[in-house]
Amino acid sequence: MSFAVAVPQSHPVHGNRLANREPLWVRWTLITLALLFLLGFLVMPLAVVFTQAFSKGLTVYTSAILESNALAAIRLTLLVAAISVPLNLVFGLCAAWSIAKFDFPGKSVLITLIDLPFSVSPVVAGLIYVLMFGLQGWFGGWLSEHDIKLIFAVPGIVMATIFVTFPFVARELIPLMQAQGTDEEEAAIVLGASGWQTFWRVTLPNIKWGLLYGVILSNARAMGEFGAVSVVSGHIRGLTNTMPLHVEILYNEYNSAAAFAVASLLALLALVTLALKSFLEWRLHASVSPQDDN
Amino acid sequence: MSLLRKHSVLPGFNLTMGFTLLYLSLIVLIPLSATFIKTTSLGWGGFWQVITTPRVLASYRLTFSAALLGAGINTVFGLLVAWVLVRYDFFGKKIIDAIVDLPFALPTAVAGISLATIYSPKGWIGQMFAPLGIKIAYTPLGVVVALTFIGLPFVVRTVQPVLEEFEVELEEAAASLGATRLQTFLKVIFPTVWPALLTGFALAFARAVGEYGSVIFIAGNIPMVSEITPLLIITKLEQYDYAGATALASSMLIVSFILLLAINVLQWWGQHRHSKR
Repeated sequence: MSFAVAVPQSHPVHGNRLANREPLWVRWTLITLALLFLLGFLVMPLAVVFTQAFSKGLTVYTSAILESNALAAIRLTLLVAAISVPLNLVFGLCAAWSIAKFDFPGKSVLITLIDLPFSVSPVVAGLIYVLMFGLQGWFGGWLSEHDIKLIFAVPGIVMATIFVTFPFVARELIPLMQAQGTDEEEAAIVLGASGWQTFWRVTLPNIKWGLLYGVILSNARAMGEFGAVSVVSGHIRGLTNTMPLHVEILYNEYNSAAAFAVASLLALLALVTLALKSFLEWRLHASVSPQDDN
Repeated sequence: MSLLRKHSVLPGFNLTMGFTLLYLSLIVLIPLSATFIKTTSLGWGGFWQVITTPRVLASYRLTFSAALLGAGINTVFGLLVAWVLVRYDFFGKKIIDAIVDLPFALPTAVAGISLATIYSPKGWIGQMFAPLGIKIAYTPLGVVVALTFIGLPFVVRTVQPVLEEFEVELEEAAASLGATRLQTFLKVIFPTVWPALLTGFALAFARAVGEYGSVIFIAGNIPMVSEITPLLIITKLEQYDYAGATALASSMLIVSFILLLAINVLQWWGQHRHSKR
């Protein structure tokens, strides 16, 4: 791989003027160092997933993925994401609408509280639901009397996933909607549009790229969450194992090729997420810039 | 204008705010406070007893020192990567720029097993260090590697925009006044990126302290040596020691809140400085 080709900048961005230019050898050294660091910490970890996944051949790879427990894990992962992402999407829209379009005291406290799940360890995120709904938990007695199982079952996994992906959509939309202001919505309302019409025809088209951005990130985390889900799952094969948990079990059984085969699906998801993210950042930039000119 | 906003013509405030507060309370606030309330049932003495056993203290030491080291490595190399991405042109730059976010997108369990594979004595990188007698995977060093991976995007992504907005004229002024390139960097550029660098460091550190998935595969998880605090919480849970797990969780939550506060202050400081310019 030869990424490092130090071409003097041809377009006037930065450092193209002689006074602001480091000597060529300095530039080369810095680029090489940065790329070596990224090679060891990013490129290799990604590459090894695929080399290990195919290390025992294509048949081992496909049979690892098509095995019934693996398929059950894939189904559960998709189900959990399909529940948690839309819920956080609705929450993100509500939070962003109330925070960005209105003024009220305590706004920054509310924003901080919404960001809170990002600073909580995933393990703690899982634990708090065990303390609420587990057998020893606050509602544990009541739940077991009524024969309802939330922890070590799918609902617990969904709750833990909702917690860890909680802020994604909201934190993407709040600054975007704040930057776009309220003028367009006010004009629509004054001209007689209903609240829903205003939202669907004015707000949504303005925020669609930001919304999608939040959804993509939220989805990647929902499908890949390990720590929080591991606490509440109970690791029952075929029932409460998500893909990352399935990877863990295979890996701990020294079934490395199969573990990496399932992991390669998650790595592909990550790559698709990164590609979409780059695309959306480009679109987002386009959707915010015209507003700045006003 | 602010008068107009307060009596906004826009509808839906009560509905959306109500739902926001309800959802926030149900998912985040009530479960989190439940943890603290459970902890108080232990009493101060019981709490203190749990969090000061030698094994727990060893896990704190490892978690915080490895997180500190990882965040430190990321501060140095994050600044370097951000600098190279903003200032220089090279082949594959766009792809490199996109791949910096990989630790955000790659599930931590996948990162864990692939880092363990690469840095194990037979792995691509581990075999370079094995002849020197340095073991990376399954030692505390492995924890540092995982925490460096997980915190990598934070410094790059906080420093990058500041470097992009930096006014080249300032550098030219410094150069025309006779400063060397290094002096310009240290006295003109570095003070500007400093708040962002510190914020990135704090974000990477906060993330690293709570990290679980990427660490446990590469750590070896030897009690007193390479066992991180989040793993100890899970161990206690598996032994049905709910009180112990809760006490540990509360201690970690307190640390998270302090870090969150520090990050907010840092970000406010950075923006404040920025807007004064």
